[in-house]
Amino acid sequence: MTELLVGTRKGLFVLDGEPGSTFEITARAFVGEPVEYAMRDARGGRLFAAVTSPFWGPRIWFTDGEPDDGDWQPARGVALPKGGDDALERIWVIVAGEADGLLYAGGDPGVLFESRDNGETWHLNEALWEHPTRARWRRDSGGLSVHSIAPWPGDPDRLALAISAAGVWLTDDGGTTWSHGNEGIVADYLPEQTRATAIDLCVHHLERAPGRPERLFLQFHGGVYRSDDAGRSWTDIGAGLPHDFGFPVVLDPADPDSAYVIPVTTADRVTDGCVAVWETRDAGATWTARERGLPQRNAWLSVLRQSFTAAHSGSSLELYFGATSGEIFGSGNAGASWYGVATRLPAIASLRAGRRSAGVTITLAPR
Amino acid sequence: MAIVRLRGQLEKLAGSSELAVAGTTVADLLQALEQEHSGLEGWILDERGVLRRHVNVFVNGEPAKPDNLIAETDTIEILPAISGG
Repeated sequence: MTELLVGTRKGLFVLDGEPGSTFEITARAFVGEPVEYAMRDARGGRLFAAVTSPFWGPRIWFTDGEPDDGDWQPARGVALPKGGDDALERIWVIVAGEADGLLYAGGDPGVLFESRDNGETWHLNEALWEHPTRARWRRDSGGLSVHSIAPWPGDPDRLALAISAAGVWLTDDGGTTWSHGNEGIVADYLPEQTRATAIDLCVHHLERAPGRPERLFLQFHGGVYRSDDAGRSWTDIGAGLPHDFGFPVVLDPADPDSAYVIPVTTADRVTDGCVAVWETRDAGATWTARERGLPQRNAWLSVLRQSFTAAHSGSSLELYFGATSGEIFGSGNAGASWYGVATRLPAIASLRAGRRSAGVTITLAPR
Repeated sequence: MAIVRLRGQLEKLAGSSELAVAGTTVADLLQALEQEHSGLEGWILDERGVLRRHVNVFVNGEPAKPDNLIAETDTIEILPAISGG
């Protein structure tokens, strides 16, 4: 049984089903509230939700019970320093780290939180918060967001972040110091003479290949890029895609040469009437449209950066994406064919997939 | 001390629907409320100390602003604003 955690503008929806079948809504939580992101920590099964209450502000909640049993607890410490000029706007992502009880959360305004007690208490990463370049980071239409966090398998000291719009950030010392990893990324929305030194790079999503951790893929504001040196430099691999704009990128954990993206038009940020997921299996040298079963006319979908996810790997790779139209599409065969998983949900902000057996999650999607 | 009445999520976090809190202004009182009841920290005031945008404060049934003065006999209610759309 696959579990889908669907963060929507009107609450968390939990869907269960088998690949290839229509999924059933099995639970709801935070009814009516914007759920920006939800994930289950595979290590203990704890469920997390990032909720931006229009009244009480942004918060991380967690539960060890069923999602609809009312046992959600607010995590402590998810806040900026008191008395400053800024307030936390939103939590964009929550990711399990590479040490017992370690989790990370990224948010707006360009902040990283860390927890070492399974997500009950959190601490702001002060080195990133006080980074001397912060004044040059740019808030884009989605805010100033740490939206991608890529741990290095087996090494809790190494981490890559992506910030929109402040580029790629790397640490090798557990977040004590941070360096930029922007070489090769071209921001054509900036004047040509400033591009080489630009810091306000609008990375839309970043993922690390778990089987070859020095390799990362990113979807940029214009272009898809690959790094083979742990994020220090980047090569444009977008040739062959119909549009260079898009938000999410998903990898097959079994294949470090794989990546999936959903190109959308630069002008209006939606699919151009027909929907296709594009796949590479040669690290971006070539791309193939995976559109069988997806709408091919009158379909202008907006798929946000956290709304494309994978479960399992290799020949059993499952892929799922959700749109702001409230539709979810899935594939149980690594994108070879697609089908409608769910319709008529509220606007989808995030989607994570995991595997459930007899009520227990046993495997989760990468990241 | 003034009486603060809480409902819903705030009542659950504070463990009580009615609390006695000191303060000369609404802002003072809200800061004291969050300091004395740590479960409420950050729920009413953001990190800047600013009243969250969609939270309404009433003093003796009348809408109040952060700089409104508070008397010891006052009753304060903290409620989510009307919203929709």
